[in-house]
Amino acid sequence: MRERAFQALSRVVDPEIPVLTIADMGILRDVTVEDGRVVVTITPTYSGCPAMDMIRDEVILALDRAGFAGAEVRTVFSPAWTTDWMTEGARRRLMEFGISPPHPATQPRGPVVCPQCRSQSTTTVSEFGSTACKALMVCDRCGEPFDYFKEI
Amino acid sequence: MTDVVAASAPQGMPAVDVGDAHRTYVLRLGDDNLILAQRLGEWISNGPELEEDIALANTAIDLLGQARALLTHAAGLAGPEQTEDDLAMLRTEREYTNLLLVEQPNGDFAHTMARQLFVDAFHLSLWAALQESADATLAGIAGKALKEARYHFRHSSTWVTRLGDGTAESAARMQAGVDAMWRFTAEMFTADPVDEAVAAAGVGVDPSTLWSAWDDRIDAVLADALLARPSDPYQRMGGRSGFHTEHLGHLLGEMQWLQRTYPGLEW
Repeated sequence: MRERAFQALSRVVDPEIPVLTIADMGILRDVTVEDGRVVVTITPTYSGCPAMDMIRDEVILALDRAGFAGAEVRTVFSPAWTTDWMTEGARRRLMEFGISPPHPATQPRGPVVCPQCRSQSTTTVSEFGSTACKALMVCDRCGEPFDYFKEI
Repeated sequence: MTDVVAASAPQGMPAVDVGDAHRTYVLRLGDDNLILAQRLGEWISNGPELEEDIALANTAIDLLGQARALLTHAAGLAGPEQTEDDLAMLRTEREYTNLLLVEQPNGDFAHTMARQLFVDAFHLSLWAALQESADATLAGIAGKALKEARYHFRHSSTWVTRLGDGTAESAARMQAGVDAMWRFTAEMFTADPVDEAVAAAGVGVDPSTLWSAWDDRIDAVLADALLARPSDPYQRMGGRSGFHTEHLGHLLGEMQWLQRTYPGLEW
């Protein structure tokens, strides 16, 4: 039952980065079965992530479609989400999508790679971008502006 | 609503109930972030440049997210009937317990950055300490908020330095911002019976213990920015017990307008 619920949730994507699923992102923390009911635990990327309500609805909808009616979604803050939970596949798809993926959160930031021409010579335009998780960058070689997924 | 007021023990009043103090403490932290988020939101579409508009909105939404978690927790401690929305939308000015600093008007960009620097430097120590709270929910919120406070501080301290160590005009305005906000800083570190009760219970932290780390951070930034540390000893307080500056009522008037005009309205 838990396996089938997990399967159903593997198609739920992050509404702001539709190339990644909530499992890829590390937003999906746990799936359990309590008294025959599926209980899903999720964690926000940032405290004010405006996509959390939509993700909760999508989780319930996906489970409902798979035959699990009345699922419960719990939101936890601890342990605090980190970009280190992102899978390797997720990082690769981010790059292909045009977003430079995060570096490991615990080390000094290495060079940010341009997702267009792969140059390592890039400049930060702003630490704050179109969503809480991204910084705005520009490539010094090809001149393209791009988003960088900040490590946290 | 009325029991929320009763839980805000006036300064100098002895013996407070630990449960009441716990709820009031969480509410205060939520109020600080909610009011500051609302203030920062006033910059949206008015920022000095597009990137800065986005930066202020990003900071505001982090603070708002933290406020929602804190107010939801405070409401839960009050009982199953209360919600975060009741606390945000249906309390009056006298029932709000935020610091006077966060309700101060935005002024020019330098005033906003001075206010932000003072709060961010405080939050760095506050959230670090609260990660060890005996209240697991509060500790979880603090752990997350700390990560966000780090880049908020990086942003505000960078601007204060750039403006202070800038042109004659920018330096004068940055100094004016620092001087204007300074009188609201001691309130962050002044413990009252609520703080003492939660600190003793291991739930909260005595704010007076956070002062020296804050002071070191602010001294370092002011020195880098070539700004003078204000010498005016005058300090204003009262926000924690509901005695606010005249600015909060106007802010609440705007923030609560929809819910007050159409009670119970939902999306």
